[in-house]
Amino acid sequence: MKSKTADMVFEGLLRIADDNLILGHRTSEWCGHAPTLEEDLALPNIALDLIGHAQTLYCLACEIDTRYKNEDQLAFLRLEHEYKNLLLVEQENGDFGNTVLRLFYFSTFMKYFWRKVKIKCCFKKLKEFSEKAFLETSYHSKYASQWVVTLGDGTDESNVKMSDAIVNLEPFLGELFNNDDFTEMCSQNDFLPEPNSIFEGWKGEVDTILQKGNLDLPEITLKKRGGRKGEHSEAFGYLLSDLQYMQRAYPNSSW
Amino acid sequence: MEKGTEKAWDVLKDLTDPELPFLTLDDLGVIREIRRKDKNHVVTIAPTYIGCPAISVIEEKIANELKKLGISAIIEKSFSPPWSSDWISENGRKKMEEFGISPPHPKETKSFSRSSAKAVKCPQCTSYKTEKVSEFGSTACKSLYRCLDCKEPFDHFKCV
Repeated sequence: MKSKTADMVFEGLLRIADDNLILGHRTSEWCGHAPTLEEDLALPNIALDLIGHAQTLYCLACEIDTRYKNEDQLAFLRLEHEYKNLLLVEQENGDFGNTVLRLFYFSTFMKYFWRKVKIKCCFKKLKEFSEKAFLETSYHSKYASQWVVTLGDGTDESNVKMSDAIVNLEPFLGELFNNDDFTEMCSQNDFLPEPNSIFEGWKGEVDTILQKGNLDLPEITLKKRGGRKGEHSEAFGYLLSDLQYMQRAYPNSSW
Repeated sequence: MEKGTEKAWDVLKDLTDPELPFLTLDDLGVIREIRRKDKNHVVTIAPTYIGCPAISVIEEKIANELKKLGISAIIEKSFSPPWSSDWISENGRKKMEEFGISPPHPKETKSFSRSSAKAVKCPQCTSYKTEKVSEFGSTACKSLYRCLDCKEPFDHFKCV
């Protein structure tokens, strides 16, 4: 692979992998704390899927940039500013409603994202991966959508909590659909779809689900951003200290 | 299966899945191809789920079994076409049911769509009066059901 193309593929893989790793980690924090036993099985299972996606993508990235010898080095041994994930995924979980709403937003986005990669992507291994990833993110989106409807259309209290979650997450949605020079380059090279090309399909589906739950999607504008450049929020430092603890305390440890 | 790889296939097909130990890798349709590449055997496996924790155990098992035959193996994961529950053999489905897991429907029924409502059979009492309790069961590949007749909870292998 030519070096300029290699740099692009590496960075592109890292962005998606970091999103999945960090949301996977956040989701895993529910293990042992979910409101019912069924959800205590569901959320860690989803976390496992997300971390599995991240692992595969990091492995592909390591094949391209051999400075990194394995996926653990990318997942656990980078510094804060080297992570390229969205601010949305690093925010604290909040309550269960906030957690499933974020999962719904993200997995619905990824579902459309992988569907586009499946249709067009110059990087064969990612194109193949997208077939499987599409199926799994669809399942996550379906699971989360059911909770959004159940809680939104539940009691007065659960509806208020979901409305609060919508307000709480809204400032982070703009970044999800934000094109930058890098995403434009990826799109021109038929590598990855532009984030804003996903907005229309995403909004249609999210609107339908929120309406079923007597909830409204606010207008989305670009407010908080920086994750893609490695500029993170305060919550991220605490998350990393937890995520990286084992590798920092026992370097190169493995299962 | 390529010529000269029959010996490898003979031992690998009987290896069992670490999470569903009553099923072989052949029952699950996880081993897709064995081919020769120079002095190595390349074994292509299709993971049931991308993040399935059993994958690394399966890879290890395959490598160890082949090592016993003096064969060095390279194991590759394949996601295209994605592993499908349709690849589970008839025999595998039978064993699943005996073990108390309701086997997946054929994929044509499109149970991935939001509105799917295909009846799931209780593996205990064979009643179709069952309901889904949770999208996720004890592992990523199963969802949780309960029987409205015999009242027993059971796992249903997801259709993917």
